[in-house]
Amino acid sequence: MSTMLEVRGLTKHFPVRRGPLQRLVGHVKAVEDVSFDVEQGETLAIVGESGCGKSTIGRTLLRLIEATAGSVRLDGEHVLNQPAAKMREMRKQMQIIFQDPFGSLNPRMTVWETLAEPLLLHGLATPKDVREKVSNLLETCGLQPWHAERYPHEFSGGQRQRVGIARALATRPKLIVCDEPVSALDVSVQAQIVNLLQDLQKQFGIGYVFISHDLAVVRHMADRVAVVYLGRIVEEAPAADLFAWPKHPYTRSLIDAAPRPDPNLKNDRPPLEGDQPSALYPPSGCAFHPRCPLATDRCRSERPVLRDVGAARVACHFAENVTATGQVEASAPPKAFRDRLAVLNAARSQEKP
Amino acid sequence: MEQASAPLLEVDDLAVEFHVGGTVQRAVQGVSFSLERGKTLGVVGESGCGKSVTSLSIMRLVPQPPGKYARGEIRFDGRDLLTLPEAEMRKLRGARIGMIFQEPMTSLNPVYTCGEQIIETLTIHSGLSRAEAREKAIEMLDLVGLPSPSSRVDDYPHQLSGGQRQRVMIALALANDPDLLIADEPTTALDVTVQAQILDLMGDLRSRTGAAVVLVTHDLSVVAQTCDDVVVMYAGRVVERAPTATLFADPQHPYTVGLMAAIPRINAAVGRLATIPGSVPPPWAAIKGCRFASRCPLATDQCRAEDPPMTEISAGHGVACWRAPIEVAA
Repeated sequence: MSTMLEVRGLTKHFPVRRGPLQRLVGHVKAVEDVSFDVEQGETLAIVGESGCGKSTIGRTLLRLIEATAGSVRLDGEHVLNQPAAKMREMRKQMQIIFQDPFGSLNPRMTVWETLAEPLLLHGLATPKDVREKVSNLLETCGLQPWHAERYPHEFSGGQRQRVGIARALATRPKLIVCDEPVSALDVSVQAQIVNLLQDLQKQFGIGYVFISHDLAVVRHMADRVAVVYLGRIVEEAPAADLFAWPKHPYTRSLIDAAPRPDPNLKNDRPPLEGDQPSALYPPSGCAFHPRCPLATDRCRSERPVLRDVGAARVACHFAENVTATGQVEASAPPKAFRDRLAVLNAARSQEKP
Repeated sequence: MEQASAPLLEVDDLAVEFHVGGTVQRAVQGVSFSLERGKTLGVVGESGCGKSVTSLSIMRLVPQPPGKYARGEIRFDGRDLLTLPEAEMRKLRGARIGMIFQEPMTSLNPVYTCGEQIIETLTIHSGLSRAEAREKAIEMLDLVGLPSPSSRVDDYPHQLSGGQRQRVMIALALANDPDLLIADEPTTALDVTVQAQILDLMGDLRSRTGAAVVLVTHDLSVVAQTCDDVVVMYAGRVVERAPTATLFADPQHPYTVGLMAAIPRINAAVGRLATIPGSVPPPWAAIKGCRFASRCPLATDQCRAEDPPMTEISAGHGVACWRAPIEVAA
């Protein structure tokens, strides 16, 4: 299996201008030297708190925002320095799904217009068969062909997200950047969309860059996880390892902070203090040191490089000590719940033979 | 403790309607629950289930018109809030009943400093002088863990981060030592680490002040970690209520089970997520029988014809379902 997406040293600095003369006063280092790979059919999750730069990473990959430095290669072809015409061609291969489908679908276009446009533009359909292709696309995403005549406001949140997914899927991309695709949805609808994304991946072998702040969804979706803090990857590991044995103190805190759907598992670790510092004035040394329970003088002066620790890459001087704080507890749902779910599932499968 | 005192808050058969353009939307249809002093009650459900309208009703903040309290009582410390004169109600709001909203940026006034907003509520309700109120405001901001409160008291809401704004909101809600705190999705807009800080803080303050809390949320995990009791709402009704530990160990209503199966778990691999097919019926739909019947695989003719009453199946655990317990019915 060859690497489908190869990101090396991706960096994005936003200039900050102030005052009447718009003098340059500094740079927000939104993304700093980020490198990762995504294989075909694989999900790499990018997690972090708001403002950590995770969405900027997703957008620079597709050149919705131009990167300051670094390289992105899709199937060996460079993305960041392509001329506009060639880039349009490449966009066929890379698509994006946004958090808020209402804000990202044109309210004055019917679903039909929204979906037919990329098909015709990229020559993936002829005026003859475009109607059929749009219908197929809608059915693939769990909608009905007659939904094509509707406008975005006529759909529920979950259905709108299905339209957003159908649009991304229209060009048969190899890679889809999913930017918080289920964050705005109710739990039962969220489950439907998560399942749909997984089915599509299985069916078409799409690679996902799955950007999310919700660790439970990430645990469920991702093959590998990259944790971002203040624009840098601080840990990257296979999902199962990362959730059982987090190696960066920030990862550990994030996992500890996520509430468990189990009243018997009350977390007595004190939560992480403070907020994420400003990306305009990042702290010296390790950016996490002002909030880190393990911080020493070394952390305040020397920025830890991303190094291999087992199957993971970690940017912490004391990664080994974090692992030693123990495994994150695992617990199965209670028996009565599982039994009743089985009854419901059995009844449901009889409903539609 | 046989001789339990009367509950602090009793919501009894509450029904709230909205009259919009000739149609009647029944947002809340016969909701009942009670809450004792010092306890936290979670109200969970998906959007449109009526949980926010229920919490706004306790403060009597549902705009009338188009809203209308069609039926029921909300007794707070023995008095029915729905029939109280507005002047009396105003004395309770912000004093004995505090409220925290989801989005602190829109519920704090952007043109007043944080301190000014706390000072205002203190001078009105507690009769403090401005100087005393300012002292108390700084004390409250310190209590909720805002760094350097004596200077932050003069900051405007936009100068604070989301977590800090929510802390100010909590300080404001708690300034007059309320007996009841209503928190409507207080951590939904926040990052996980900040959410953990805020939930921790609310737990601390509750044990310190003995206030009762109504926590409205869509997040079952937050309920599991913070609430003593839970009511699960669906389409304007309470479908199940129980002590938190009981609800999670022994969920009875098919909707509750479905909701729990739909959440991915951070601490266990659950395989494919279960979904609840279909969607919540709109509030203008006239439905006979159980409101969940159209999405329930166990629904019978009885379910489609008669509305199931809330039935107590064990101490404090009630469920509104004709088929419960469902493993017997199967």
